[in-house]
Amino acid sequence: MTALGIGIGTLSLVPALTAELFPNGIEHYAIGGLLVGLGVAVIYLGTAIPAGASTFLESTLSYASTLSRFQQYRPSRDWRVVFTLGIVIGAAIYALTFQSGLVSSGLHQSATTGELRDVGGLTIWLTEVQPWRLFLGGVLIGIGTRLGKGCTSGHGVCGVGSASRASFVGVATFLLVAIGVAQLVAALGVSP
Amino acid sequence: MAGEHEQHPLFLPLVFVGGLIFGFGLGFSHMAQPEVVLNFLQLEDLGLLFVMFGAAVVTGITFFGIKQFRTKAPLTNAAYGRRLKTLDRNVVLGGGVFGVGWGLSGICPGAAYASLGVGNVVILYGIAGMFVGAYLQGYWRSSRAESGTPASAAD
Repeated sequence: MTALGIGIGTLSLVPALTAELFPNGIEHYAIGGLLVGLGVAVIYLGTAIPAGASTFLESTLSYASTLSRFQQYRPSRDWRVVFTLGIVIGAAIYALTFQSGLVSSGLHQSATTGELRDVGGLTIWLTEVQPWRLFLGGVLIGIGTRLGKGCTSGHGVCGVGSASRASFVGVATFLLVAIGVAQLVAALGVSP
Repeated sequence: MAGEHEQHPLFLPLVFVGGLIFGFGLGFSHMAQPEVVLNFLQLEDLGLLFVMFGAAVVTGITFFGIKQFRTKAPLTNAAYGRRLKTLDRNVVLGGGVFGVGWGLSGICPGAAYASLGVGNVVILYGIAGMFVGAYLQGYWRSSRAESGTPASAAD
């Protein structure tokens, strides 16, 4: 009887726990993730290149700087610009369609953060995170991803998908450190 | 990566289409919103796990699956391989620095490009910062390499 009671109690905890851990549902996250993977897969199937997003920073600097660190990426710099343009325009297509309400789906979730602003029929989304956080964070990301041989897409998507030990270590490191720092920054009262 | 600059006429169009899907996915998943990433890192909404691991599952199946059917990619004639990097202290050190930046800002390179696409012009502060950071480490490591310190065989 008690065991049954605990069993039923545990069962009713599952939806409550799910709502606690995933307050905005999981559908749009899962679909977005599958698309991110599909984008990488399409490029890989055609070219055998596991494309990451952060090498673009250094390869693009090779247009302006003769430093050897950047010049080594010369052979790939053109396609990396095209890849990045594709990412920007792909997200803009999302903004034109789902974000602007032109296309809707039960699987789509409207933004619950930041500010949605109507600009001549197009809905754009703006962050409220302070510019200094974006800039200083950006500097550290530029240093860290290049020193650490990858970012969330290079290590997180391509490297983990390759079952690479270096990528497992890289992802575990930046994920745990980021969780600690985000908690600390929030505890210090910095918001947004 | 020999051969990646070989210009098959469909090479750049395919890379562009892959980028489009990738960027659309980052927009749809809300990972292009720094606030959503910060909520995840503060453990208030763990949905972002589905973005990263969902994507990794798709690439994992693709990377390992394609080798059962073909050995070389049609557009570059390059052999299909895994993305493997040498595990050294730079992976941990760089990962740690990246983690501080990610936790402070809620942005990472791919998501920042996508954030610009959804109209978030404020993200240009973050993208400018990334270029500054990439330049700083490149300057520092290039001058170390030229002064004779053995360069690490990174990337």
